[in-house]
Amino acid sequence: MHAAVVVFPGSNCDRDLAVAFEAAGAKVSMVWHKDTVLPEGVDIVGIPGGFSYGDYLRCGAIAANSPICGEVAAHAQRGGYVMGICNGFQVLTETGLLPGALLRNAGLKYICKTVGLRVMTSDSDFTSGYTVGSEINIPIAHHDGNYFADADTIARLQGEDRVAFTYTDNPNGAQADIAGILSENRRVLGMMPHPERAADAGHGGTDGVALFRALAGALVTA
Amino acid sequence: MKARVHVMLKNGVLDPQGEAVRHALGAMGFDGVKGVRQGKVIELDLAEGTSEADVEAMCEKLLANTVIESYSVEMV
Repeated sequence: MHAAVVVFPGSNCDRDLAVAFEAAGAKVSMVWHKDTVLPEGVDIVGIPGGFSYGDYLRCGAIAANSPICGEVAAHAQRGGYVMGICNGFQVLTETGLLPGALLRNAGLKYICKTVGLRVMTSDSDFTSGYTVGSEINIPIAHHDGNYFADADTIARLQGEDRVAFTYTDNPNGAQADIAGILSENRRVLGMMPHPERAADAGHGGTDGVALFRALAGALVTA
Repeated sequence: MKARVHVMLKNGVLDPQGEAVRHALGAMGFDGVKGVRQGKVIELDLAEGTSEADVEAMCEKLLANTVIESYSVEMV
């Protein structure tokens, strides 16, 4: 598996994400936001957490229009894999690669804590290492993680089995407790919680490891 | 020439910041505030000949997220 991790000014989970990919056996290339091409042979692009462009205008809005994001969209349209975590999820909704938007947390507070997630589908190369219905513990750290989409979109996501994770105890007001969703072809994942922060015993939890291992297993020959 | 763009959360989209402002106003003794919605105003300093349609394209592509926000353009 060859993973590219995009670095924007203000990204702060880029190295953590690279370490998690490497621990699963991936070759990792860091890609700068001004780059206009992805490295040759990239299987998956990771959009990391952080505060790209200082969250100016709207979280993820300026990053979504940066030079590299045109390439990321083209990669996704070719059937390539993309994973956006936290600010990365916000970027993916702003690009339109995933539906909906992330609003300010309903309680207005920035929340940084480990939360329970329910695995809602194992039918994706991101979640095939989990059992449907199982509960995993993954940290969140966000101010704008309140997932919003119109009722038709929520119903479609649920009907097409594209909700990847829900919160067991909704911390931010997200509609239908949604913590992470998949694209129509199930190769683009956006999620607010940080699996790369639960990928080593030293993190205090390892429930994120199965996600990176599943990806590495699926993309080993790609 | 200038354009002023007003961006608001759409009706039906919860605005927790506006709600917090409404609470604060009530606590300060300003009675009768039934609701507060908070938005933003963006002023653009434009080259002559820039059309309102150009500004609307900017709104659609960057200045507003039409999933959650509505916008209006005022050429001034």
